[in-house]
Amino acid sequence: MNRRVFMKSGALALVTVGLNPSFLRRSVFGSELLRGAARHGNRRGKVLICLFQRGAADALNVVVPHGEAAYYRMRPTIAIPRPSASGPSAIDLDGFFGLHPSLSPFKELWDRGLLAPVHAVGSPSSTRSHFDAQDYMESGTPDDKSTRSGWLNRYLATRGTCEACQGAPASQAGAKSSSGADSLFHAISMTPQTPRILEGPSPVIAMNSLEEFSIRTNGSQAERLEALYRTGSADVVHAAGGEMFEAIKILRAANPQQYVPQNGADYPRSPFGQHLRQIAQLIKADVGLEIAFADVGGWDTHVNQGGVTGQLSARLDDFSKSIAALVRDLGDRMADVVILTMSEFGRTARQNGNGGTDHGHATSLFVIGGDVHGKRVFGRWPGLETEQLNEGRDLALTTDFRAVFAEVVGKHLSAQRLDAIFPGFDGQRAQWLGLL
Amino acid sequence: MAGSSIGRSPRKQDIGMRNASLALGLAALALACASQRTAQTAGHPPGVAQSAGVADARLAESRELLPEQQIQQVLNRLAFGARPGDVERLRQLGVDRWIALQLSPEKIDDRSMDEIVARYATLNASSAELVESFRAVQEARRRQAASMRADGDTITRREALRAAAQDDPALLDRARRAQRILPDVQSAKLARAVASERQLQEVMVDFWSNHFSVFAGKGQTRLFLASYDRDVIRPRAMGKFRDLLGAVAKSPAMLFYLDNWQSAADSLHPTLARTRRGFAGPLARRARGLNENYARELMELHTLGVDGGYTQKDVMEVARALTGWTLNQREGSFVFRPEMHDAAEKVVLGHRLSAGRGEEDGEAVLDIVSRHPSTARYITTKLVRRFVSDSAPPALVDRCAARFRSTEGDIRETVRCVVTSPEFFSRSAYRAKVKTPFEVVASALRALNAAPDPTPRTAQVVGRLGQPIFGRQTPDGWPDRADAWMNTGAILNRINFGLMLAGGRVPGVSLSTWPNAAQLRDATRATQVDGVIASLLGGEVSSDTRSILMSGENPLIGNGAATDSSAASMLVPPPDDDMMLDRPLRRPAPDLGRPVALRGLAQVVGLALGSPEFQRR
Repeated sequence: MNRRVFMKSGALALVTVGLNPSFLRRSVFGSELLRGAARHGNRRGKVLICLFQRGAADALNVVVPHGEAAYYRMRPTIAIPRPSASGPSAIDLDGFFGLHPSLSPFKELWDRGLLAPVHAVGSPSSTRSHFDAQDYMESGTPDDKSTRSGWLNRYLATRGTCEACQGAPASQAGAKSSSGADSLFHAISMTPQTPRILEGPSPVIAMNSLEEFSIRTNGSQAERLEALYRTGSADVVHAAGGEMFEAIKILRAANPQQYVPQNGADYPRSPFGQHLRQIAQLIKADVGLEIAFADVGGWDTHVNQGGVTGQLSARLDDFSKSIAALVRDLGDRMADVVILTMSEFGRTARQNGNGGTDHGHATSLFVIGGDVHGKRVFGRWPGLETEQLNEGRDLALTTDFRAVFAEVVGKHLSAQRLDAIFPGFDGQRAQWLGLL
Repeated sequence: MAGSSIGRSPRKQDIGMRNASLALGLAALALACASQRTAQTAGHPPGVAQSAGVADARLAESRELLPEQQIQQVLNRLAFGARPGDVERLRQLGVDRWIALQLSPEKIDDRSMDEIVARYATLNASSAELVESFRAVQEARRRQAASMRADGDTITRREALRAAAQDDPALLDRARRAQRILPDVQSAKLARAVASERQLQEVMVDFWSNHFSVFAGKGQTRLFLASYDRDVIRPRAMGKFRDLLGAVAKSPAMLFYLDNWQSAADSLHPTLARTRRGFAGPLARRARGLNENYARELMELHTLGVDGGYTQKDVMEVARALTGWTLNQREGSFVFRPEMHDAAEKVVLGHRLSAGRGEEDGEAVLDIVSRHPSTARYITTKLVRRFVSDSAPPALVDRCAARFRSTEGDIRETVRCVVTSPEFFSRSAYRAKVKTPFEVVASALRALNAAPDPTPRTAQVVGRLGQPIFGRQTPDGWPDRADAWMNTGAILNRINFGLMLAGGRVPGVSLSTWPNAAQLRDATRATQVDGVIASLLGGEVSSDTRSILMSGENPLIGNGAATDSSAASMLVPPPDDDMMLDRPLRRPAPDLGRPVALRGLAQVVGLALGSPEFQRR
């Protein structure tokens, strides 16, 4: 509660600045000021982009264990063929694992050492419900349904609050405490509503697109609407309105219509591709973005999922082209960016009677970024022989997803309060894989 | 703060309250006769206004708000805002009689609303029917996919359904039917908030639907929503809390959403009947042991509140007592299964439930938690927050929690206590609440006299503003505090909604539906502004707001953007999803369409709907 009040008053302080008429007239200066504040709070400008594949992606056809004989026995018609020059087949990574051929854009990231696949990772919960499993992955507390907030929001809410920092010199403490309200754009979700993973006390902006983040009328009427929120008292309604108009100005300065991706990056025209394009825009606009989220559906392949071509292939094509375009577009800035992909669980090791796969257990994910110790597949491989499977049917779990998430926020974002972000997770540092 | 400004001793207030309820009782009686007389007109009887007697005047003495403000307060809190003519009706009838009447919704003729609701096909279907439709479609799709797979074809689920429908044309109808449940429930909820005469009843249905929140995106929950609204919440919204709690506990929607249908005695405890027969269905076989989910939320969210004085041990004991309270999957109805029920002794909040009992264990638990003093306080606090202010004045909570207890959890009497209190009519409570997105949309539609939109599109706008109906993922329901709704993205969407509404882009409403528009359209700007302030902003705004509304159109702008009649808007309905129910509800991003250019009266209306004042109630 106190924290919330603190952060609200922090936001109010910003608005108070915004109420100064001369400040209003010079909106460019306004956004500069906010950028300065952002840099102050997060000096290193680190960004984490979380991408959720909703519907449970079929991990075994994404990061393919082509060295496993059992894999081919269990998937007679949907398995991805062993790497071969003669036809569409897995893209070999390390002689045992390979990528689905539709992930070919990832090969370059692998070769550059930016890509770290993690296998046999996931939630220790045995649930096979999409709803429960997504809920757990977003709340960060498997099998505990009483958690109301999402783990990404808990990261935002606990930044700069570590006990060890309390005794730090005043200047440093000041810099830390400003981080609670450093930027209106510190957390963005490219979704119509705030997702579960970002629910919580720290403010988050959810939007469908940058273009939609504007007052949908002509200039003079928009000005009058702004004036309505500028002239009132400093109550919660006027404060939020003032912030909103400030945010619009910052975005306008970022000039979404004129954006040209760099380095020849070519984003797919899919919603997912366009969402990643806009995340890149925000990063490059220096609006203080620290956490970005987007999601993509279509992974629940119970029927006719296909092999090297087909439904799953099409999803992976969009997925990898979008992410590769983002990496290319960000160029050198990838040094400060980590992309973390996730899906609620994996799918059955055996294909079912409909040429698809059913709800399974462990899955795979990707960690991508300049700081990532790439070009290596992480996680202990449990094997696919029947006795090695979870409940005799799914890839067994060897890495708790929290070990990966905690390492990413702990190392990349320097999060101090991992105990608050992943409460009840005993492993913490001992289970980290050395991804970063 | 609000409580201390009243400055009266509790004793004196008690006496005041007694007088008040006597007066209200008489008023209600008079109205009961009157409303029978005028049942045909659906309006309020004009003839009884004169007899607003001495008692009303005495009541009014303890109120800080002026008579006109009292009318606004009542329309903003006990209704979803004023429709044209409502203020005049309240002025005639008297605030207290109107409240008394609204507290007895069964006495209000609402036939025109019933006719509107009757048009929704799925709302009147039984859960069994809807479950059966859903299953038939799933099965046909699966069969078709398998047979086509055998022929070497690769198809998606959607294609499988289409192919199966060639053999059985009725299949597509059934698919559509199961798919329409959520849009119908959403649309009907908004339609009722906009057009029902029983406004307080609708406010209470909204309150309880949120208190006992379920999420349409979790598995089969959505199949049970029509019944949840119609059979569970609505008939009990002003009844006894224990009845409502019991109906919710046995509702398929809640049993499914909070997992109690899967909860069974764990291996350490004997069941009441050792597997008389295996229970049917692959889903039932998943039930592997105790599931505490419902038990915890029952105490934390539905009754005692998080600090209500229960322990983790109590959660487990309640969960054990509720084992076997499950679903008949085929019927979509409650059933008690002895073979799942933990038959050993339990101790719940200090009460002993002896071994060997069955369904009555669960009933005993509901008795215990609904009578617990923490429950009276927790429920009353939420009611006071809803009706009075976010801070929920403690003195008022105390008084009305006592009323809750003395009436054995009578919701109507507790609400009466809250909404006739001096705190309710205090200056500190006036316009102190920020509207939720649902309230923004409903109140705007009411203000412009909109006809209810029979399509789901307008209701989906509520989701776009951040509060999808039955779309709260977590069981705590939507927050009822200003700071939860006032953030950067939310306010932007509210403003854009106001612009769209004024621009005629929301179905069923345009300036031509608004009776005042005819007079105001060609009036001076000053007259227009005063008319809009009176009907949309409760008659009072700051001088700054008024002068901004007054400032005329900029002659340099406006030629570029043509008056918009574009069909492309954020109201385009989402394409059908393919009935994969076991995944969260993801609505595709609606497009906002081209910017709206507004002139004249429409501009004043658009500005008013987007103003800070309109965000409050």
